[in-house]
Amino acid sequence: MAPSAVRSRALGVALQVALVAAVVGGAFWLVTHALEVLRARGVRSGFDFLLQSAGFDISEGWLDFDSGQPFWRAFLAGLINTVRAAVPAALIAVAFGTLLGIGRLAPHALLRGLCAVYVDTVRNVPLLVQMLMLYFALTQLLPDSMAAIELLPGVWLSKGGLAMPWPMREAGDFWPSRLDRPEQGGFNVTGGAVLSPEYLAVVGALALYTAAFVAEIVRAGIASVSTGQKLAAQALGLGPGQQLRIVVLPQALRVIVPSLTNQLLSLTKNSSLAVAVGYPELVSVANTSLNATGRAFECIAVVMAVYLILSLAISSAMNFYNARVALRGWQ
Amino acid sequence: MSGAPPSAGWPQRWAAELFGTPGRAVASVLLLAAIGWAALHAFDWAVWHAVFRADAEACRAVRHGACWGVVAEKWRPMLFGRYPYEDQWRPAIAVAVLSAVTLLSAWPRSWRWWLLPLWAVALALFVGLMRGGVGGLAYVPTSRWGGLPLTIGLAVVGLALAFPLALLLALGRRSQWPAARALAATYIELVRGVPLISVLFMASFLLPLLWPAGWQPDVLVRVLAGLSLFVAAYLAEIIRGGLQAVPRGQTDAAMALGFGRWPVQRDVVLPQALRLVVPALTNNVVGTLKDTSLVTVVGLFELTGALGLALGGDPTWRPFYLEGYLFLALVYWVMCFGLSRYSAWLERRLAAGTR
Amino acid sequence: MNRSSRRLASRPLWAALFATLALATAAPAFAGKVLDAVKQRGSVKCGVTNGVAGFSAPDTQGNWSGLDVDTCRAIAAAVLGDAKKVEFVPLNSQQRFSALQAGEIDILARNTTWNLTRDASLGFHFTTINYYDGQGFLVPKKIKVTSAKQLKGATICTQSGTTNEKNVADWSKAQGIAVKTVVFESFEASFKAFFAGRCQAFTTDASALAGLRNKEAANPDDYLILPELISKEPLAPLVRRGDDEWFAIVKWVPNALIEAEEVGITQANIDQLKGSSKDPAQQRLVGAGDDLGKLLGLDKDWSYRAIKAVGNHGEVFERNVGPKSVLKLPRGVNNLWNKGGLLYALPVR
Repeated sequence: MAPSAVRSRALGVALQVALVAAVVGGAFWLVTHALEVLRARGVRSGFDFLLQSAGFDISEGWLDFDSGQPFWRAFLAGLINTVRAAVPAALIAVAFGTLLGIGRLAPHALLRGLCAVYVDTVRNVPLLVQMLMLYFALTQLLPDSMAAIELLPGVWLSKGGLAMPWPMREAGDFWPSRLDRPEQGGFNVTGGAVLSPEYLAVVGALALYTAAFVAEIVRAGIASVSTGQKLAAQALGLGPGQQLRIVVLPQALRVIVPSLTNQLLSLTKNSSLAVAVGYPELVSVANTSLNATGRAFECIAVVMAVYLILSLAISSAMNFYNARVALRGWQ
Repeated sequence: MSGAPPSAGWPQRWAAELFGTPGRAVASVLLLAAIGWAALHAFDWAVWHAVFRADAEACRAVRHGACWGVVAEKWRPMLFGRYPYEDQWRPAIAVAVLSAVTLLSAWPRSWRWWLLPLWAVALALFVGLMRGGVGGLAYVPTSRWGGLPLTIGLAVVGLALAFPLALLLALGRRSQWPAARALAATYIELVRGVPLISVLFMASFLLPLLWPAGWQPDVLVRVLAGLSLFVAAYLAEIIRGGLQAVPRGQTDAAMALGFGRWPVQRDVVLPQALRLVVPALTNNVVGTLKDTSLVTVVGLFELTGALGLALGGDPTWRPFYLEGYLFLALVYWVMCFGLSRYSAWLERRLAAGTR
Repeated sequence: MNRSSRRLASRPLWAALFATLALATAAPAFAGKVLDAVKQRGSVKCGVTNGVAGFSAPDTQGNWSGLDVDTCRAIAAAVLGDAKKVEFVPLNSQQRFSALQAGEIDILARNTTWNLTRDASLGFHFTTINYYDGQGFLVPKKIKVTSAKQLKGATICTQSGTTNEKNVADWSKAQGIAVKTVVFESFEASFKAFFAGRCQAFTTDASALAGLRNKEAANPDDYLILPELISKEPLAPLVRRGDDEWFAIVKWVPNALIEAEEVGITQANIDQLKGSSKDPAQQRLVGAGDDLGKLLGLDKDWSYRAIKAVGNHGEVFERNVGPKSVLKLPRGVNNLWNKGGLLYALPVR
């Protein structure tokens, strides 16, 4: 190499090392400075609080949590609640969104118009407002918990939520042996599994909001399949449903999946809005812990770490799926 | 495919689509019936039996009608939050100024050298009017700012601050230096992986600890910092997509013509890249506008929070929260739908030159 | 493209990053003492609620009133000479502690309960208790519950991040009364849900329940405050650790107000007593006796100004939370020690 090229290469490497050192050093300095300030103010820090007893209840979720259990278990319960809300919302959003997307391309002006109105309305109002409206509607319109209505045998609807029969374990058994049917108790419907209005509002709002975005993605994906494919399928005698299912959708999936990944990541992060309607998911639990212990850094760090891991997990799952449906030889 | 000849006008096409086959006809009739029933009930509730006066008694008396009186009575706290009552002309003018400059910038003919200084003047006017303390205007602390001016201000200033950082990150991620690439990629992936609420909490609770007590950025500045850092990561990805889409030939040709390294980026690559990603950028602007509703959780009362303030503490009007929510949704919808329509128009207009 | 032009490609990026770091390191010096800062600023920054009737609530014009507000006004009068030189910073329960830790406010007078965890691990000092409260329940009369013991199986709304949530959990365990709690981020969301019928009961400090029922319920007579108090909630203003002088001032000004009630000084008679009192205890408080203000870093008339601005503690109580106010609370345990209550002023001498 020419001497000037060697010099400039060495300079480039030196500058990069300096850059990394500056950024890493700066971050390190910021963190130690903050810890110093906290210490000077007499605020305790450290992750040891995770082993202390939490002192608050979490009233819903799959993990039984009461106030005597440690903070780490509270965070775990919050995480389970996040997943418990995000997964059904994602499934509903993808299903409903696909139908909407297909509906927007339907050869039926009314159907197209309806789907377009839905998508354009829902996409342009913030999710927080929609969630608050849905929660408000649920708490106003549902019947009082002391006078629940029985929609189906064993399925009760009231301000306390939607109660349904659920398999229950007897003490000592491993597998559930009987069905626990809900009944109207003194104040609430007791027994069975209850989906609280907070949960219904969160899942409903997430699903309906994300479905509108999924609809646009599906529409763009289907539109990206060249018309030649659709005409050829028609020429082969396939009906419209078969055309869609066998020819168009599989090809559209390649365009849909990357954008869909983004939407699913968005949905997972949007579940953090549940803090505004009182659903005890991860951010809400972290907030309560932050207030109880004063460990702002630690609680927020836990929340961010968990969401990062969730995002990475979803991204890699979708990348795996994407690789499977990718056109070989075209990448 | 709809059964009508392609040359037929839209009434004929629609008729063929809706009533072409018996199956479609039945479906259309059912749909029309359903839509008609819903529209009738909605009109009944929202217009026919509705109360438009600001009269709580009349509203309570009407069982099946909307109470738009709540908007008539409370529109000022809803739109301006806790801003002092007599001074609310100031945020009104501030919003008008920003909207005017935004509308002006929407017109591609105005993309000249004087647009950026004009924006700077508009923002200075906005802050001056809202904050006061100059020109004989009373000082209003940022904790009293709220409602629509705060929503628009946060979105505009947040995006303005985020854009340079996003450019930096996008260029860094595409740079030849592995260190710059790694740093930019780490930042982007880190920020994109966490929800905005936790970034706002972090900015609100932790930023003050990073400076010793004595230099206090106030809540609005902290929230803006958090919002900008968050939006920058998403903008960076969009800009990077645009940069990737500009053909290498452009850079090579420009360098062959003697452009220096930075002028190539600034004058040749970036304009084309930004033009390519206009729809994605406007999507992001709409998203940021919607995301400002989250600052309610850290104690700033923008539009969504202002509604809570206006109605939450008032037992006379609290039963009519639904009408308040609908009004709020309408305000957001007008802004966001307008922006997305504009984006479609702009995309068509910019692409027209390239076809 | 040759190497040298590539090397220069990221020069702006590199320069910008260094500039940002330089800015980040240019931190200013640590602030001085709180009293000096307050005098220099010309106002006391007081953290309060967003609007709890009787303790700190703004009216439509933005004028604040309440028990905590009067405490801050008394401190401003004592330190700066003018009770109006207070800047009220409304904070929600998530922000309140970090705002004080960060130095955004000088005092947190936000009906905050004094307990061991908050005293020991957050870096604060609690000053003088200005209200002895307890946690109670508000229920609609239509559920026909007259005692908290009948709340088995009920749903209870409360606000997250407060002692209320934890106290209900403890009480429920101790009494064996299983309840479901629904917690909301904001006070407003929690009582909104309660009034909408989501929960059978609402729990918070009994003083706030009174304000809630009288001001927020569509028809106050439809609601009942249950007689049981399930916890002790001594409410006191807080200051940051590390400034003993400011801590002493914030501790002794409310104490002077309580002592004023004990020795019979009121807002009405203080000027007359300043000239004519023969009682040394009264003389010390009206600024006619020993100069105790000097020991606090203030002047002789510190307590005179404080009492003249807001009255003695009894007057503050009557005006804000007493039987003639919106809350209509009886003095109860908030009376003087020699009248059957718990208020015991440390001697101002």
